[in-house]
Parts: sequence; C-alpha cells; structure tokens
Amino acid sequence: MIHFVLLISRQGKVRLTKWYSPYTQKERTKVIRELSGLILTRGPKLCNFVEWRGYKVVYKRYASLYFCMCIDQDDNELEVLEIIHHFVEILDRYFGSVCELDLIFNFHKAYYILDEVLIAGELQESSKKTVARLIAAQDSLVEAAKEQASSISNMIAQATK
Amino acid sequence: MIRAIRACKTAAEERAVVRKECAAIRAAISENDQDYRHRNLAKLMFIHMLGYPTHFGQMECLKLIAHPGFPEKRIGYLGLMLLLDERQEVLMLVTNSIKQDLNHTNQYIVGLALCALGNICSAEMARDLAPEVERLLQFRDPNIRKKAALCSIRIIKKVPELAENFMTPAAALLKEKHHGVLLTGVQLCTDMCKVSPEALEYFRKKCIDGLVKVLKDLSNSPYAPEYDVSGITDPFLHVRLLKLLSVLGQGDADTSDVMNDILAQVATKTESNKNAGNAILYECVATIMNIEDNSGLRVLAINILGRFLSSRDNNIRYVALNMLMKAISLDSQAVQRHRATILECVKDSDASIRKRALELVYLLVNESNVKSLTKDLIDYLEVSDTEFKGDLTSKICSIVEKFSPEKLWYIDQMLKVLSEAGNFVKDEVWHSLIVVITNASNLHGYSVRSLYKAVQTASEQETLIRVTVWCIGEYGEMLVNNSGVLDMEDPITVTEADAVDVVETAIGRHSSDLTTQAMCLTTLLKLSSHFPTCSKRINDIISQYKGSLVLELQQRAMEFNSVIEKHSRIRSSLVERMPVLDEATYSGRRAGSVPTDVSTSKGAPLKLPNGVTNPTSAPLIDLLDLSSDDNPMASPSDGNFLQDLLGVDLSPAPSQQGTNQTQKSGADVLLDLLSIGTPPDQSSSPALDIISSDQNGKSSVDLLNTLVPPSAQASPLGSSSVMNLLDGFGSNPNLPVAKGNGPAYPSIVAFESSSLKATFSFSKESGNPQTTVIEAQFTNKSPNVFTNFLFQAAVPKFLQLQLDPASSNTLPASGNGSITQKLRVSNSQHGKKSLIMRMRISYKVNDKDILEEGQVSNFPRDL
Repeated sequence: MIHFVLLISRQGKVRLTKWYSPYTQKERTKVIRELSGLILTRGPKLCNFVEWRGYKVVYKRYASLYFCMCIDQDDNELEVLEIIHHFVEILDRYFGSVCELDLIFNFHKAYYILDEVLIAGELQESSKKTVARLIAAQDSLVEAAKEQASSISNMIAQATK
Repeated sequence: MIRAIRACKTAAEERAVVRKECAAIRAAISENDQDYRHRNLAKLMFIHMLGYPTHFGQMECLKLIAHPGFPEKRIGYLGLMLLLDERQEVLMLVTNSIKQDLNHTNQYIVGLALCALGNICSAEMARDLAPEVERLLQFRDPNIRKKAALCSIRIIKKVPELAENFMTPAAALLKEKHHGVLLTGVQLCTDMCKVSPEALEYFRKKCIDGLVKVLKDLSNSPYAPEYDVSGITDPFLHVRLLKLLSVLGQGDADTSDVMNDILAQVATKTESNKNAGNAILYECVATIMNIEDNSGLRVLAINILGRFLSSRDNNIRYVALNMLMKAISLDSQAVQRHRATILECVKDSDASIRKRALELVYLLVNESNVKSLTKDLIDYLEVSDTEFKGDLTSKICSIVEKFSPEKLWYIDQMLKVLSEAGNFVKDEVWHSLIVVITNASNLHGYSVRSLYKAVQTASEQETLIRVTVWCIGEYGEMLVNNSGVLDMEDPITVTEADAVDVVETAIGRHSSDLTTQAMCLTTLLKLSSHFPTCSKRINDIISQYKGSLVLELQQRAMEFNSVIEKHSRIRSSLVERMPVLDEATYSGRRAGSVPTDVSTSKGAPLKLPNGVTNPTSAPLIDLLDLSSDDNPMASPSDGNFLQDLLGVDLSPAPSQQGTNQTQKSGADVLLDLLSIGTPPDQSSSPALDIISSDQNGKSSVDLLNTLVPPSAQASPLGSSSVMNLLDGFGSNPNLPVAKGNGPAYPSIVAFESSSLKATFSFSKESGNPQTTVIEAQFTNKSPNVFTNFLFQAAVPKFLQLQLDPASSNTLPASGNGSITQKLRVSNSQHGKKSLIMRMRISYKVNDKDILEEGQVSNFPRDL
C-alpha cells in the first residue's frame, strides 16, 4: 500500500501531503525533511526509486514539482510510477495544463482529486474520465448550494429592506 | 492569505503572518462564526501543511461535518482527514456523524464519509461501522461500491477478525464489469487473503477460474480509450489481478496449474517498450516466481529479467535487480549467468542501483567464484565514491571472511581492502584479521612484510596502521631478518630503524586516535627489547608521551619507561610474543555466545588498575591491549604483579614463572572464565575454588565464610586482589578484608514464598559507586523440580537495570542447588534514594505455569 503521498517543490517547499499510515506531526516534519534532502539532490538520469527506512519511495518530477509516494518493500514500483502519472494527468485535465500555482491556490481541489484516486493507500479508479465526472458532479453540487445560499440571502436582504 | 504567505521573504515573516491568521481563526471559532467557518478551515489546512500546529481547529471539522449542506461536509471531511489521524481521541466523536452520513440519501455524501473512513479510521471505528460498509458493498452506484471496497480493506487491516463477514460480498465484486469496482474488489480479496487463511481457501476454490477469465479477457481486449495507458488496457487492473493470482497460487500446485497458460500469455504478449507494459511484465515475473514450480515459466521469467537487466532505463534495471534477488533462491544458476551485468551495475552512478546490485552480488558469491568477484569488487573500491565505500568494504570483508579458501588469500585480500579503504573498516573486521594472522604461523613473516610495504604507500588508513603496528610489535624481528619467506615474495631489506620509523610516524600522525597511539606505545616497548640497537631511541619516543594530556597514553608511557629503565630483568619475558589467539572462541564471541560475553565485560574493567577504562569497547582489543600492557603496569610492584594483574595468584611468584602464567592467563581470558585459568599447582586454588563453587551454584556466602582463613593469612596485597576478583562476582559480606574496596553490604532475602527463596548479595564496582552488582540466588524449597525458570525485574525511572543471563533455567528440588543471576543496577540518585525493585518469577512445575511476584524494598541503604 501507499503510506503517504508528498508533493514537494524544487525548493523543498511542501505543496501537498497525504498520510495513509499514522505519523505524528513531529515524525511528519522529519520525514519530509529527510526525503526532500534525499530526493532533491538526485540527478536527472537516475532511477526513480529511493530506499528509505525499509520502505521505497517512488518519485517523479513534473516541471518544478516532485511527486513522491512511499510504498512497501514488495510493491510494484513501476506501477506506482504509473499511478503518479495517472494522478498528474487527472490534475492536468481538471486544471487545464496544471502548474504549481494551481496547486498552491486550489490545494483543497487537489486533495479532492487525490481522494477520488486513492483511498486507504490503494488505487480507487483507473479511468480518468470517471474521476473527472465525479469531481465535476461534486463541484456542481457545491455551486448549486452556493447559489441557493446567495439567493436566500438576497431574498432576506430584500425582505429586510 | 496564501498570497500573503507566499509574499513572505523570510521564515520569520512567514511565522508572523501565520500567527496573525491563527489568531483571527481562533477568534472566529470562539465567536462561533457560521458563514466563514469553511473558509477558516481551508486556511487552517494550508497552515497545517506548512507544518504549524493546528489542533485548535479540530473541533471545527466536527461542526462542519455535522452541518447538513454538502459544501460544508466536503470541506469538513477534508479537514478531518488532514488535521486528524487515527490516534486522536477526538476522532471517536465523529463516529456518529459518519454513521449518519453513510446512510445519507445523497450518494456523494456517502462517498465523502467512506473516503474519510477509509483514510483515517481506527480499530474501534472499524468495529462500529463495519456493518454499514458491508451493506454499501452492494450499493447500486458503482462509485460507492468501489469506495466501500477500499474502506473494507482498511477495516480488515485494523480488525482482521472481521474478514469473514466480507468474504461473500468481496467474491461478488470479482464478477463486476465496472473497472473501478473490479480493481478495488481484487485488491480487497488480496488483502483478505493476507490476513485470513480461510479467505484464501475460499477464494482459491470459488474464484480462481473467474479471475483467470477476467485476466484473459483483459489482456485480449481491444483498444478501450477510457482505460488505455500507452496502448495497454488498464495496466492497474492487470497488475492487481496478477498480484491476487500470485497470492492464491503460492503453495498450491493445482491453483498454480490453472493460471499457467494465462501467465505465459501475459509474459509473452505484453509489449515492453513502455513503462506500463513493463510494470505488468514485472508483476507477472513476480507472480511466476511466487507460485508453485513450473520450470518452463521460470525460464521465461528469468529471460524477461535478463532483458530488463540489459535495458538502458535505470528504473527497469533497478526492478530487475530487485527481482533477481528473489529469483536467486529458486534458480541460482540462471542468475549466475547474468553475473557480469550485475557486476557492472555495482559500478553504476545511481546509488539505489548500486545498493541493490551489491546486495545481489553478495548473494551470488560462492566458493567457485569468490576469487574473481572479490578481485573485481576490490578493483572497484579504488574508484568508488566515498559514501559508497563503507557499504562496499563491509560487504567485501564479509564475503572474504565467509568464503576464503585459504589464509594466504584472506590476508592478501584484507590487506588490499585495508590499504584502499582502511578508514571504513569496522573494528571487528581487523580484529579478526589479527586473529587469523596469529593463527597462521607460517605466514607471520609474510604478513608483517606485506603490511610494512602497504603502509609505506597507504599511510592514511587508520586500521591498516593499527594492524601493521600490532604485527611489527609481535613479529618485528621477522620483518628485519626476512625469515619465513614465501616463494613468490620479493625480498626486501628493512633495518630495525626502518621498522621503528613506521611506528614513530604512526604515533605522531595527527589523525591517529587514542587506540592507535596506545597500540604504538605497546609496540615500541616490545621493539625496545627485540631491537637492542634502537632501544635508546625508542625510550626517547616513549618519554615524549610521558607528558601526554591523555591519561591512558601518559600512564602507558610512564610505565613502559620504567620497565625499560629499571626492570630490564623482566623486560624480555614481559614482551614475549602473544599467545595464539583462539579462532573458535573469537568467532564464538562474535556470534554473541553468552558466557564469553559475560566474562569479557566483567573481566575488562576488573583488570584495569587505577580505574582507567580502555577507550575501545570491542572486547578483542581490550584483551590484546591488556594482556600485553598489563604486565608492565603491574611490574613496579616488584614481581608481585601477578596479583594485581589478574587477581588470581596469592603468593609472590618469580617473575619468569609469573610471565608465563600471564601469558597463559591471557590466553585463558580469551577462552573464557573470569581470567582465572591457572594451573592447578598454583597457590591460587582458593580463589579458583570460590569461582568454581560459585558456578556449581552452592551458597557463595557460606563458602566465603570458610574462605576467610586462607585469604586473611595472605599478604594485604594478596587479599585485596582476591577482593578485586570477587568484585566481579559480588557477595563478600562476611569477609573481613574488605578494606580499600568500598563498604561491604549484608545480603538480604529479597523474596520468600512457600516454595521459593531469593537471596540478593551486593557489591560495588570500584570507582563507580552508582552501580551495584547484585547477585541473585534462587533456591527451591519445594520437592518438585522447577523448569523454564525465568526471573524478571523492574525498577523505577531513577534506576537502570541490566540483567545478565541466569546460570540455568532449571531449579533442582528441595534446595539441592540454586540458580544464580547477576543484575547491575545503576542508581542515578545515588546517596539520595535507596534501591527498590519489583520482581516477577515464572516457572513450570509438573507442566503447570506458576507466577510469583513481589516487591523488594529491604535493600541496604546507600546502594
């Protein structure tokens, strides 16, 4: 299973973290510090796997962002690489050629998407379309609720005038 | 806010902004602000991601989740998953909300609840909510079914006994058409097989044909745009199906047979030019390796790995190496064929690949290829990165040690390693090299000469210098005389002065540490006797260190100096060659054999006069050092040194005889026994008696009483040496000669029940008043034999307890013997608080387990 997902920028700033195994806040910061030191220093041509504390960390760089996933010793590294790519493609479709800033300002949306891709550290959906459809449906629910709320507050505002 | 944080240039600025925001959010929370709650929580999550504390927002999540609207719930659940984890108490409060949401009519809200449950649920929540999740596995919407399936994985991981409830619905999921559900269903089944053998059997019987068919359809399926990844339909599903098949096929020949065809098909038909295809092939190989034997498939799999290995893609090579490690246990011949390629991988620029390859090479080594492989590795050692050298040397050393065909080769290889990467060699490696050298009597001359040559060229390698210095000290004259020359050796001429030069440079190096310098001093002492011509010069060098700031060096220098100047009579015998170190004992000790460990840890501090503790912790160096340098330390006491030296002999012995005995005892120290292996005709027999009787398990207190006369008659020096010896054993409360060794303590009855009695006797280690050595002695008062006897003790925080192994675990009946066990207690509040201890004793009588507990608070004060 995937123990955690980390997105770090080239400067070592954390852009997204998701923990599927329990880590305390202290451990989390330590893990992030260790891994960013380990991964950011690796050259471009090297393989995408790092062995770390008995786990393996699979990482892939997209522009200025490193997507890292920590997996068990006997998991399929190549497949996890494919999962990372899968997630990135979905992000890409949702934001329309995603960039780091999208993820910074809409970090909650990135989390929603991740929740549609992974649950409990396992892959949930292999179809990008389905994920996109689900997210769109939930977004429209939120929009509808917002509109409703604003129309209600409009009515209240008018009534109190 | 995000913008503000991003605008911050320094960490201090960022902290200020975050603090302000947190204050605002806290204020909003206390005002119970409805409208901005979700925005505040979103901010809080961002702050959390930056690594600031956000615990005050946890309750807000719960409020939002309890809110009826979808947007609020969505952000609330997100916050819940991010800010909390399964270990927090707060999580229990949310169980009810989740339960309600799982039964909600809006499927998206159900989805949110499932997602949260899957990501952070604890064992209690899993128990409470399992029925809901189980029901949702049959929900009409496939998206909920797949979420429920993953949730179930989490639940059965937390609470494995729930697995059987999920068995039937999970099997139903395998018949699904929807890929998401199928994917998660397969995963659920895989995880269930791991936690529950019943589930494994169940799936083996019911589902294997269906699974094979699904995989066949999948791999034959035409182009499906929705699931396509670089020309392959749904590699994720492929991989997961293969993984499940591997679990099902493991250890079951029939099931393995069923899947043979489809595995062969996947292995041959899958395209390997893209990562997705390779992922499938990799998993397929793993499955083939895991299921029951089929030689045809195995060949296919090894061929795929061979192809992977020659790939240019580093990722592929990495996984190939990884898989070959597993394959080696099945078919090492096939893996041996790829040896050359693997050896190339050791030299790769990528640390991950190097590490994998090195481990693989380590497994590949056998008697037939050890020479060539070691040669390659050592050649590579010259050019490898510094950070890799540590790993590499330790692997080479263990290969050489494990497979070395002859001693000459072993010494040669170790020499090369030492001169290339001596600074990375661990202590026990060069210790064992010395042991090997001493044992190879025909190679003494050769070793010392090669070491001499090596140290001329590689003078920066600490361990090489140590070994060289040691060997020069021992076999210096062979270096000079060129004795014992082997055929293939080039003759070299070394004068005595040259040999001393080496030692002098070694001791004068800045980087030499204490151990090396101390060894150099000992060597110089030895050389001063072997090389009479250089004696004056050596004495000068030693004298320089009389002013050393380091106590150990100063002391050695002083003593050696006086040995050279005043005691030339005994010098020659003092510096005789070390006895051959016993290989078997050494390796036995390294394997951690208990009795010798005890003896060395006890023996070492005992034998060091003046409370000097040797800086090295490794037992061998202690012994090497000690048995060579203890003699001179003791010699100022005019021939009586044996008493100090090993605390055994009670009568003053002539120096010559004494030295011999030192040597013998030195050897015996290595062998075992707390340094009391003395010939029977020596007058040390009383002391020996104590020990042996101690070991026989008789009451040591009583024995000591009977011992008082002989030891009291002995000279004060003699009796105190008995004390020294006894210190290691504890327990001499009745001995009147306790002077100079700290106060003695009466022994106590720590525990007494109808069937068992435990007596504690105490002693202190000299120079360390905080530590008390307690010897616990257990006697059986009942008529039955106790077996599986186990004594456990617990102490409060201000104490530290170390239990040595018990003398036995069987306690003979009716007081016919006893078990002794030693405890060391360090009291960090020595003088303020006295000892206190809880103990628990378990044993078996007539196959019945008995447990006795008690508290010991009657310790003597001031322990």
